[in-house]
Amino acid sequence: MVPLLRVEGVSKSFRGLLALNDVSFDVVERGIAALIGPNGAGKTTLFNVIAGVFRPDRGAVRLGGADITGRRPDQICHAGIGRTFQLVKPFAQMTVLENVTVAALHGARSVAEAKAAARGFLELLELDTRAGQHAANLTLPDRKRLEVARALATGPRLLLLDEVMAGLRPSETDRMVATLRRLRDETGLTILLIEHVMRAVMALSERITVLHHGEKISEGAPERIVRDPAVLECYLGDQEP
Amino acid sequence: MKAIDLFLSPLSAAGRWLGAVLLVVLLLLPYWGSSYVMTVATTVFYLALVGQSWNLMLGFAGLLSIGHALFVGVGAYASAYLFSAIGLPPAIGVVPAVALAVLIGLLIGYLGFRFAIGGVYFALLTIAFAEFVRIVVDHVPWLGATEGFFLKVSAADRHGIDLANLRGAPEMYYYLIMALALGALVLCRYLLRSRLGYYWQAIRDDPEAAEALGINLLRYRMYAVAISSGMAGVAGVFYAFYQNSLFPEIVFNIERSIEATLGSIVGGVGTLFGPIFGTFILTPLGEFVTEGIDLLKHWRVIDPETKLDGLKLLVWSFIVVLIVLFKPTGLWPWVCHRLRLTRPGAEG
Ligand SMILES: Nc1ncnc2c1ncn2[C@@H]1O[C@H](COP(=O)(O)OP(=O)(O)OP(=O)(O)O)[C@@H](O)[C@H]1O
Ligand SMILES: [Mg+2]
Repeated sequence: MVPLLRVEGVSKSFRGLLALNDVSFDVVERGIAALIGPNGAGKTTLFNVIAGVFRPDRGAVRLGGADITGRRPDQICHAGIGRTFQLVKPFAQMTVLENVTVAALHGARSVAEAKAAARGFLELLELDTRAGQHAANLTLPDRKRLEVARALATGPRLLLLDEVMAGLRPSETDRMVATLRRLRDETGLTILLIEHVMRAVMALSERITVLHHGEKISEGAPERIVRDPAVLECYLGDQEP
Repeated sequence: MKAIDLFLSPLSAAGRWLGAVLLVVLLLLPYWGSSYVMTVATTVFYLALVGQSWNLMLGFAGLLSIGHALFVGVGAYASAYLFSAIGLPPAIGVVPAVALAVLIGLLIGYLGFRFAIGGVYFALLTIAFAEFVRIVVDHVPWLGATEGFFLKVSAADRHGIDLANLRGAPEMYYYLIMALALGALVLCRYLLRSRLGYYWQAIRDDPEAAEALGINLLRYRMYAVAISSGMAGVAGVFYAFYQNSLFPEIVFNIERSIEATLGSIVGGVGTLFGPIFGTFILTPLGEFVTEGIDLLKHWRVIDPETKLDGLKLLVWSFIVVLIVLFKPTGLWPWVCHRLRLTRPGAEG
């Protein structure tokens, strides 16, 4: 079976700094995979390569078998990848509902249709009570939820989530985990998430890829990863995950 | 009917009443206003049209133009030239004139957005092109060069209504520019509620996030530039046939470009009615200052020889500084809120 996402030998450097070094991994269709690693490991950079923000120096990104390397971010969205930003990027002067409507317009024929769809996503992410607020006035956890709602509203096949649970309380994390799992089960969405909150990583992911200094140092089922000496060492050398 | 509905829906009862009263007063203005009042009112609506065009770029789509006089000037010169050279009435000439303004806008937009992410290049290009065209027109004899380009008007032209040739009584110009300015308002409101408006505002607030949601930045920025420069071009056609004389030093002067921004800044950049509201404050105020000085000179309170031409701009600049310091979002949202002119949750 062809994996939905295939990252093939991707390298990317910034002015001499090797942020990604020959990274390869797959995400299967309807799978939930996690990308972990210490700060500065290159996780966000890898997302940006997949999402078309950076063109990799070497290597390729394939979605459902098609080479999507070097396409623009908007084209990547059309190809079926939705992404969130670690440093949240709300449309500050627009309301929460309008933020998500922009995203829902991607697959809608009219503004009214997009608005109706957007309301559904707000409900899903527990943002419905904030619909009329300006996004600039949201708390950080709500902004993270808005990121997810917006990415989902574009109707992606693959969802890239960059630390969306940072700052959520444990009970909120659990609800987000349940929501994402349900989405996968009901809609067949594939999810790749970057997360430091191990509670969420362990609860959600079926497969984990570990990056350290831009290199893949381990990969496998969660139970195996938490016992991998190489992984433990890279985290001990840094701070707590 | 749908357009009217779209237009009224955000207004509260108080807002509708005030709007209706104002509209009636403005519609009846020619019946009691002196010719001086008519001239000022015509200028207000003209600047409100140019201001809305500028606001569409910056306030809606996040694109700063500091050479907006270029699009106005191109529309003015093109329609005036076609009328003089081949007798093309402006009602038809407006099409090629606006097309030329749009084309130049698209060229600037393409150069600005294609090769650079930042909007700074676009802003610099607008001013560079405005200056470039000014200097070119300065040297083109068939456009009158520095001596100016004049449209023929006879005394008979100053009566009646000839919309096709834009010839007629002052009232005709007044009603025409009023209709154009209000038409632009309806168009802006419609656009803001459409897919285009949603995409523009997203691009304005965060281009990177907008792009991640599938929005083609170049394409939608180009749409904004096209519509905005087109609106400015229409204003230019009106200007040409209202003034009947065009001088590159006046038409393409950077002061015109700055003038185009002031109403929106005072009224509120990105709001629908702000540019009109701001112009309604600034233009009469500028006239008041100019007239006041003339009066003081007349009464010999100040020496008639004193040159105070820059005073109007100085007063305007001072107001803009005050607004930027104390009401950076502009006066209109504040007035709306204070007088409860819009329904809660609706924007002006
Ligand atoms: N646009 C950029 N320009 C220059 N260097 C960059 C850029 N983006 C990332 N880097 C560098 O690349 C390295 C990897 O950064 P990246 O943001 O991918 O790490 P990360 O794994 O997401 O870390 P964190 O867990 O802190 O989010 C870091 O050293 C960072 O400074
Ligand atoms: Mg990161």
